Amino acid sequence: MRLDKKTLLDMLYYMKLTREIEARIERKLYRQGKIVGGVYVGRGQEAIAVGSCIQLEKDDCICPSHRDMGAFLIRGMAPREIFAQYMARRTGATRGKDANLHMGDMSRNIVAFVSMLADTIPVAAGIGLTYRMRKQRNVVLCYFGDGATSRGDWHEGLNLASVQKAPVVYICNNNYYAYSTPLEKQMAVKDIAVRAQAYAMPGVIVDGNDVVEVYRATKQAIELAREGGGPSLIECKTFRMTGHSAHDDLKYVPKELFVEWEKKDPILRLESSLIRNQTVTEDEVKKLATRITQEVDEGVSLAENDPFPNPQETLEGVYADQNVEAPLAFANMFFSDK
Amino acid sequence: MAVVTYLEAIRQGIVEEMERDSNVFVLGEDVGAYGGAFKVTEGLLERFGEERVIDTPISESAIVGAAIGAALMGMRPIAEMQFADFISCAFDQITNFAAKCRYRWGAGVPLVIRGPSGGGVHGGPFHSQNPEMHYVHTPGLKVVAPSTAYDAKGLIKAAIRDEDPVVYFEHKFLYRRIKEELPDGDLIVPIGKADVKREGSDLSVLTYGAMVHLALEAAVALAKDGIELEVVDLRTLLPLDKESVLESVKKTSKVILLHEDTRTGGIAGELAAIIAEEAFEYLDGPIMRITAPDTPVPYSPPLEEFFLPKTSDIIRVARQLAAY
Repeated sequence: MRLDKKTLLDMLYYMKLTREIEARIERKLYRQGKIVGGVYVGRGQEAIAVGSCIQLEKDDCICPSHRDMGAFLIRGMAPREIFAQYMARRTGATRGKDANLHMGDMSRNIVAFVSMLADTIPVAAGIGLTYRMRKQRNVVLCYFGDGATSRGDWHEGLNLASVQKAPVVYICNNNYYAYSTPLEKQMAVKDIAVRAQAYAMPGVIVDGNDVVEVYRATKQAIELAREGGGPSLIECKTFRMTGHSAHDDLKYVPKELFVEWEKKDPILRLESSLIRNQTVTEDEVKKLATRITQEVDEGVSLAENDPFPNPQETLEGVYADQNVEAPLAFANMFFSDK
Repeated sequence: MAVVTYLEAIRQGIVEEMERDSNVFVLGEDVGAYGGAFKVTEGLLERFGEERVIDTPISESAIVGAAIGAALMGMRPIAEMQFADFISCAFDQITNFAAKCRYRWGAGVPLVIRGPSGGGVHGGPFHSQNPEMHYVHTPGLKVVAPSTAYDAKGLIKAAIRDEDPVVYFEHKFLYRRIKEELPDGDLIVPIGKADVKREGSDLSVLTYGAMVHLALEAAVALAKDGIELEVVDLRTLLPLDKESVLESVKKTSKVILLHEDTRTGGIAGELAAIIAEEAFEYLDGPIMRITAPDTPVPYSPPLEEFFLPKTSDIIRVARQLAAY
């Protein structure tokens, strides 16, 4: 299967856009104190979200994790919304209610991540179940890291999805570290993919830094799911080129690992192979980079001028049919009447 | 008009809503072919098929997680916890995922989680609990606990139609012991509204669930001594019907807070705070609590009987308070 030029260029664009946005967030806005909360990026892992999400149809759904920026972009989140989200503005995807990639939008079929890892595993099964009940040929892509596979919800969710033949593709960003804990201290198995056997679903291992390989493996799993063949597990081997979060000094990671994985950088690999086989010219690549810088600059400047939420909005949106009462509402009324 | 039990009332409510709206479906352990451990969902599989009555693995967290996923897509899932005690296994999905979706990113999760709670049937520590306050302490959820067949039916229907996640605690002691005639037609009991089950002028008992029936028994006994109890059934614990609570307290000026749940952190403490803040000047006596002690629910009959609040407790405290 050869991928067409448009798909390849789109993938290059989204991977580069991801990296540029995250670089701006982590290396500029965070250091400038413009992002008050945690920053988690997926540098070096961009191929996984992009190579899988790029092939979805409009009514398909994603449950991304905190290192899957590319999936948000492909589903239509604009850089401005993302920067505003990180900078806690009311124009961000959660209107200042939550931080970083903890955001979603059901009008774009993006389910928001929570910090309790693997919670979206059964949620994705329920979305898949809905497609099945409605006789829709849609699929869910559900993303998580190696760390999440140690939680009970991961196992409960995969089991339920498999029993129900829910059309879900479970995609693991195996970046070797759960915060500071390396894989061998997380699990006795060498490969996460083998866990699929326990749930009678296909489990494949791919080079997570090769976007074309991610694309192909996901395509196969998506087709199986659309045909009613149930869920699959794809383990994408990659490496976290950053700390767990922006404040992590990374002293637990041997330096040579970064040198080794730098050579496997997914963006450089795609870019150089596209130039080598003359799919694109160096000039086209330069133009793409310029376009991305412009989009990111524009997103940042719009978001920086966006307002913070009004303090009273704290009380809004807990329920569909009512706002929550302010804590001192009665005291204010009682004492002002006296 | 037909006489139905509390249990049948819940089933009727579910069946009517499933017939009304094809997005409504049931999932849980043994809910299909077996009809549920207490038979609440009996007959549903035959009527609606296995796409809408789904037997699941023993995975409470995945049951609720999957229900959340379906609800995000516009379905109206009813997730059964075989015993309310097991809801703890799904605590994270309920409190972190379902309860916070709307607030965080504006996504509604119209989901019902229902299960049998409460003691009095010698179920022991893991089949008798009243876990409601874990959920009452979680903004974003609604929590209901009906005491009559009428309320059981009206509240399950309201819960299914609600746009937000509702945790519905049905009291297993009442399942087949309580029955009444229900009117024909669409019976809805609004969430967030308490109900005065008996009017009285001397003393208010604020309670819910199986304890409502003990309070009513006590009221009959006390009336013979000329003490008139007002029995307020909260019906919904979150959001609390503060107005009805304060109205009754302002009317009687003396209040007993009664629940089967354990004492510390029970709803009585919250009610006492509201009354002290907002009806202080109306009180003619101390706010009294009658609750289970702060222990797990014991199994052996003499222990469980000691544990559960009794009608005689209410009568004794009411007499003391009336004389205050």
